Amino acid sequence: MDLSLSTRTVGDRTIVEVGGEIDVYTAPKLREQLVELVNDGSYHLVVDMEGVDFLDSTGLGVLVGGLKRVRAHEGSLRLVCNQERILKIFRITGLTKVFPIHSSVDEAVAATD
Amino acid sequence: MATVELLFSALPEHVRTARLVAAAVARRAGVDEAVLDEVRLAVGEACTRAVGLHMSHGLSSPVRVSLIEDEKKFSIEVGDEAPHRRFSLPGGTLGAGASAAPQNGAAADAKAAGNGSGPGGGASGGLVEAEGALMPGARDEIPEPVPEEDEGDGEMGLAVISGLVDDVEVTTDENGGVIRMSWPTTEPVLP
Repeated sequence: MDLSLSTRTVGDRTIVEVGGEIDVYTAPKLREQLVELVNDGSYHLVVDMEGVDFLDSTGLGVLVGGLKRVRAHEGSLRLVCNQERILKIFRITGLTKVFPIHSSVDEAVAATD
Repeated sequence: MATVELLFSALPEHVRTARLVAAAVARRAGVDEAVLDEVRLAVGEACTRAVGLHMSHGLSSPVRVSLIEDEKKFSIEVGDEAPHRRFSLPGGTLGAGASAAPQNGAAADAKAAGNGSGPGGGASGGLVEAEGALMPGARDEIPEPVPEEDEGDGEMGLAVISGLVDDVEVTTDENGGVIRMSWPTTEPVLP
């Protein structure tokens, strides 16, 4: 199982659909994708993690890096995730306080705060 | 000897293999299905950290994973050969605000010498100091704990392991380090 990435835009939001396993081997691909989006001027990102089978601390590091990048441009990075085993990793590391986590892409796109 | 032993070149692409093997052996050993995700994640974090240490030290030796089936528990040991690093894990389960932090010998010694405290005092002082050094990106509006993107040397991984696994022990000496983790087994092993 490798990492799959696809992007689409909804209004001013860019949805990054991630599938497969995010670990020490595949995380650099996700980082490249996020860096490229920010460099191209996409500052409001929604990372859809519903297709993610595995996430480790390397993947968390990449997401935090993405958050820092968009915040440097007054942007946002929202996550979509309903999988308990993935959410647990965010809770253990305290990152549920850092990332807005939504139950659907629609909800994330509609969110403003 | 271990039920299954795995040696792999310290490269990121092999960590997934270690996860798959560990989960398969754990399942066979009778580790509860509900816990297998944790086993997978914990062994992946331990191997990722070992790979990172070997790469940063320029070591060509392999990372060692031992999967050990005992009567009532299943243990995993992940060994690296990175020298001269000492670690302290805060006892028990880590809360959201806590973090497992490393200290290299020099920093811990300097700290101990600087404040005149004994080895114990030096170690706890070093923990705080190491946390600051570990997370240089943890400032501005993003609250801690924050893993430093892409160059964290596995300490976020240690924090994840500590949060996941009740029985975990990290030891290091001049020849390398070992992370030992174990889980109870719940059913007899059938042939």
